[in-house]
Amino acid sequence: MIQAILKRLLGAVPAIIGVVIVTFVLTRALPGDPAAYFAGPAGSTEAIEEIRVKLGLDRSLPEQFVSYVGDLVRGDWGNSLTTGQPVLAEIADRLPASLELTLVGLLLAVVVAIPLGVLAATRPGSWIDHLCRGITTAGVSLPTFFTGLLLAYVFYFLLGWAPSPLGRLDPYATAPDFVTGFYLIDSLIAGDLETFASAAKQLILPAITLALFVLAPLARMTRASMLGVLSADFIRTARASGLRPTTVLFTYAFRNALLPVLTTLGMVFSFLLGSNVLVEKVFAWPGIGSFAIEALVASDYAPVQGFVLAMALLYVLLNLLIDVAYGLVDPRARLEA
Amino acid sequence: MSATPSAATTATPVAATQSGAVALWWRNLCYVFGENPLSAIAAGLFVFFILLAALGPWLVPYDPLASHVGDPLSPPSAAHWFGTDALGRDILSRVVIATRLDLGIAVAAVALSFVVGGLMGAFAGYFGGWFDRISTRVSDTIMAFPLFVLAMGIVAAMGNTVANIVLATAIINLPFYLRVARAEVRVRRDAGFVEAARLAGNGELRVLFHHLIPNILPPMMVQISLNMGWAILNAAGLSFIGLGVRPPEAEWGIMVAEGAQYIVSGEWWIALFPGLVLMLAVFCFNLLGDSLRDLIDPRRRT
Repeated sequence: MIQAILKRLLGAVPAIIGVVIVTFVLTRALPGDPAAYFAGPAGSTEAIEEIRVKLGLDRSLPEQFVSYVGDLVRGDWGNSLTTGQPVLAEIADRLPASLELTLVGLLLAVVVAIPLGVLAATRPGSWIDHLCRGITTAGVSLPTFFTGLLLAYVFYFLLGWAPSPLGRLDPYATAPDFVTGFYLIDSLIAGDLETFASAAKQLILPAITLALFVLAPLARMTRASMLGVLSADFIRTARASGLRPTTVLFTYAFRNALLPVLTTLGMVFSFLLGSNVLVEKVFAWPGIGSFAIEALVASDYAPVQGFVLAMALLYVLLNLLIDVAYGLVDPRARLEA
Repeated sequence: MSATPSAATTATPVAATQSGAVALWWRNLCYVFGENPLSAIAAGLFVFFILLAALGPWLVPYDPLASHVGDPLSPPSAAHWFGTDALGRDILSRVVIATRLDLGIAVAAVALSFVVGGLMGAFAGYFGGWFDRISTRVSDTIMAFPLFVLAMGIVAAMGNTVANIVLATAIINLPFYLRVARAEVRVRRDAGFVEAARLAGNGELRVLFHHLIPNILPPMMVQISLNMGWAILNAAGLSFIGLGVRPPEAEWGIMVAEGAQYIVSGEWWIALFPGLVLMLAVFCFNLLGDSLRDLIDPRRRT
């Protein structure tokens, strides 16, 4: 098993190299001359030239690439011009907020989508099947930023059930001591239920917004793959052998149907991380997405590059986890590796 | 529903290959629409959006960019069906005018990735070799990013313009077309009709362009229609975070962003109407995509 995981890790190397090359190209494709930008409007030609040498922009592209990779590995991702902080530190600081939101959103989506898909597949043509169809078609059409606003309007402004859609905690609560960076977990570790409730209240609307969007592909895939598996011969055999319906459904059918769903998770993570940015903007969530948007608006490019790189590495990592999970669910995948 | 077309085909049994195919296609269409009445609604909506995009400037009651055509922030009324925004601009007019820009961005982006991705995929699938390896590597690298994030990075690096929004949306969609074209060409590369075309003395390029590419168009069309809605969403998302389209311009994503700050104080109409229309457009394209797929490739139905 460990060998298989190591092999998968090696398999992710080309993807990481590709990601670094693309971010390097994006860095070089910056609008304008970075040296002139750093020198400021008053910079003389000599000053610009000096900065160019200092930034290494006078060297050839391959040389620049090597030093770029060296900087990345050393953890030097540049400085944010607006906050003056190193980009890597800023991202590390804000990453838990984004991860907490993304993971809770995913959890909500999985908890709803998989039972929905299974129920729809076991009762084709029933109302639950139609519900599943409706949700899956409507779900992928929802612009996340719009559903987020709509939820905020209904549950904050009209009903007053949710707190104001600003940030991770209400303004009077203090953040729990840093352990994992996830407020839900940290507040529980500190035994502070009040903070936990406050964090959960703030989290619920953005998490539902994310979940609504990724629910559709998950439910759709679960339904389709359950339908396929349920009509397979080995299920008929299992039924004919007199196994209990629940055994057939969960041990035989569900485990096999899970494989295509896991594959879909890769695409789902792509959606999740992307729409995370939009949801963070709507709910003023202090994660890396809103950090990147602020930087974009201020034409501060180092944080944007860092953000793209961090998200891509995170995505590669998540795909790796999916691969490992695949091996856990499917013994054949383990043998092949 | 199916009686008329089949009667038509039996009435002309001999010279009926062309009209028979049309009749069959028509019958399939009726079947798909009958099976899922939503498809018919989607088709109607599609026509509606095309008309809005084409005739928008002649339909709108007010100038979409003129401020103070009504009192600022007034709710929907008989004079302003969708209300007015903070500058007193008529939201209905802005929503209608935005249709052309939003659909235009999506169509341009999808067309670009269809042509470039399709050609790259077809070449890769047909000739294989180094071109295949490179293009597969390129598409894998694009897919290694969360796509919306990559689009943000591209627009940030290349400059904040509408043209770059189109380009970024095209780049992130490229792998889908490349993969479909490559796979479809590969399975047909050694088919009988291709061998026959080659033996008849056609050059490799001619075989590819005259015999293979026309045959992979149907699955590519399905890909396009499934992709359109996502392209619209993507472009609107980018302008929602302030990329591409600049403020006075009317565009659905940016209009929702403009309305966002007012929604917590109860002025719901500024964000609601552009958001709803955007949702409706995406929904319509997604439904149409599903129907088209059912029509062309029933095996992929889920």
